[in-house]
Amino acid sequence: MLQIISLLVENKTGALMRVTGLLTARGYNIDSLTVARTLDPELSRMTIAVEIEPHQRRQLIKHMNKLINVLQATDLTDAPAVTRELVLMRVRAPQESRTAILKEAEIFGARVVDSTLEGFALEATGDIEKLDEFIDIMRSYGEIEVTRGGAVAVSLESKKLRLSPPVPRGAEEPKSEEKNGVI
Amino acid sequence: MSGAKILLECLAREGVDTIFGYPGGVTLPLYDAMYDNPIRHVLVRHEQNAAFAAQGYARSTGKVGVCCATSGPGATNLVTGLVDAMMDSIPVVALTGQVTAKLIGSDAFQEADTFGITRSATKHNYLVKNINELPQVIHEAFYIAASGRPGPVLVDVTKDVFQGNAHYTPVTSIHLPGYKVYTEGHTGQIRRAAQMMLEAERPMIYAGGGIVLSNASEELRELVELVDAPTVCTLMGLGSLPSEHPNFISLPGMHGSYAANMGMYNTDLIIALGVRFDDRVTGRLNAFAPHARIIHVDIDPAEISKIRNADLPIVGDLKRVLPKINAVLKELKTEAGDRTGLRAWWKQMREWKEEHPLKPVVSDTEIKPQHLMQEIDRLTQGKAIVTSDVGQHQMWAAQLIRFNEPRLWINSGGLGSMGFGLPSALGAQVANPDQLVVAICGDGGFQMSIPELATLVNFGLPVKVIVMNNGYLGMVRQWQELFYANRMSQVTLDSFPDVVQLAGAYGFKGRTVERPAELAEALQTAFSEPGPYLLNVRVSPTENVYPMVPAGGAINEMVLTPPQPAEIRK
Repeated sequence: MLQIISLLVENKTGALMRVTGLLTARGYNIDSLTVARTLDPELSRMTIAVEIEPHQRRQLIKHMNKLINVLQATDLTDAPAVTRELVLMRVRAPQESRTAILKEAEIFGARVVDSTLEGFALEATGDIEKLDEFIDIMRSYGEIEVTRGGAVAVSLESKKLRLSPPVPRGAEEPKSEEKNGVI
Repeated sequence: MSGAKILLECLAREGVDTIFGYPGGVTLPLYDAMYDNPIRHVLVRHEQNAAFAAQGYARSTGKVGVCCATSGPGATNLVTGLVDAMMDSIPVVALTGQVTAKLIGSDAFQEADTFGITRSATKHNYLVKNINELPQVIHEAFYIAASGRPGPVLVDVTKDVFQGNAHYTPVTSIHLPGYKVYTEGHTGQIRRAAQMMLEAERPMIYAGGGIVLSNASEELRELVELVDAPTVCTLMGLGSLPSEHPNFISLPGMHGSYAANMGMYNTDLIIALGVRFDDRVTGRLNAFAPHARIIHVDIDPAEISKIRNADLPIVGDLKRVLPKINAVLKELKTEAGDRTGLRAWWKQMREWKEEHPLKPVVSDTEIKPQHLMQEIDRLTQGKAIVTSDVGQHQMWAAQLIRFNEPRLWINSGGLGSMGFGLPSALGAQVANPDQLVVAICGDGGFQMSIPELATLVNFGLPVKVIVMNNGYLGMVRQWQELFYANRMSQVTLDSFPDVVQLAGAYGFKGRTVERPAELAEALQTAFSEPGPYLLNVRVSPTENVYPMVPAGGAINEMVLTPPQPAEIRK
């Protein structure tokens, strides 16, 4: 089963690499990953879907929380949360199957974003399993091309975000004897 | 002010007095600024040794060690030393030069992706391409390296930042909102921990490197005496409780003493302080302390229940948490009942100690490695700084040399880097110019760091280098003997140099001893030499380290003597 991890990270060079590095160092292959700025442009929200052995999950979240650039990492797999994904796809639709395809699209709440003589471009959102089904059905109509957006998740609980305050540092003038070294 | 000068000013404000480093192309502007700067630069002979020397400095003082290397090969040579510092939680700041910002990614001369390469080798790392960020980054680096669970931090600075000019405004504060350091410990948990300690019938204190890092030795000693529990110190924790303290048992684990391992197996409460249940300590996990509950105090929440589930976890700084536990212990101890169980436990512990003590083997015909360690112990009296390489000599030194204070025993515990002994001794001697510093090296590890003999002479560092020379990569040979049908593959180290000539070539004294009768006098001569000294001790080539818990074995099933299957204890 896929684990869904939500992270609030500083929007800084290398932050993504640090988070994914924890996964790759343990040999995990990331199923999907999304990152985008939050309301605060200095922060990004990241959602990762990845399969992790159960006994490693807590440990990995702790390690993510240890990263300096990570403000909060939360395992949303078993927590109250909503997970959604966007999928864009092109379906070849010859004359005889166009109506059927549109009907199916309607059932899954998908929108037609482009229509040509060859077929449609469709946009659908939903939870991951529902989109899997939608893709399977569309495949039965012929050749399709799919781009999935990756899971995005939001927790339904408000979890208190604990941030560290500024620390005084660097203001002290070097002492002259220290400057001269011990030896 | 130039970026190079700003950097040095920030280092001075962090109290840096010494940098271990090696210059190169892109750090030219930095080295030019160092030319008339009061910070002392120790020119090592290889960048890896700059990182090891910075660790020797940090491990012996508790201050942040600083090393410096140029871009490309300079930076990649630092990596082993950084991972080593990461594994043992040693505060080190590494400064590296990077090619000019606009050349990054162009395969420029001596370009390497240092930021990417060192991501997993450090606690945190930085790439500075903007001179205005430099002061903030330097102060953050020192704060991160030294606070919480310490570790190495690397700052990669592009050449144009060193060369650039900016108005320097001193930093007054830094803000790392996502960097959480938990120090105080949970009051309720602390109370419960103290209760558990007094209720236990067979408690064991398992103290590690965290005690040393947190400077909590005094607090540990008080706890040990209040609980009156037998105490084992890990390889990283040796000296955190004086070796001569009556409650000190020894090292636990793969080459721990019989009493330590039997204690850890039979205990009903492990009081784990600043340790990480390393596989070399626990042996086979399902046979490690099977009857015990676990109290685990550590500053790093990720260590709690990582290997062994903690029945009572406390996340905090031992320096802050131990006094609180001690206060509750004092309060509860008056009402605590008669601890008869504990008396029986001590009786058992003494029996185990007498049954199989860590007794040095001594022979009249050849120098036994244990004999060498015993003599070093006799001459240093638990007061010298002793560094080591990695392998058999490291284990014998840890078993047989006393350390009556923390920060005296310096070795590569987690990573097990050969070649660590000499450069770390160099760094420790720079920080402690008046103290006796002994580097115990294997003949393998020594040859990995030979170039630093020049640094000793160059900087007048009177390190005593003792090579325990058995002509083998002894620990690997021991495993080949025991587990690979004695097929000794690539472990013979022939052509060891003549040390009289070798030391002589560098301009100091060296000597080889082979006969047991000469050993004490030779060591005495080495230790009383005002300058550096190289003593090559030819020891019995096939001696093995015992006791030994074979890999994957249970800690109560130690091999106590050379392999005779009937004697392996069940």
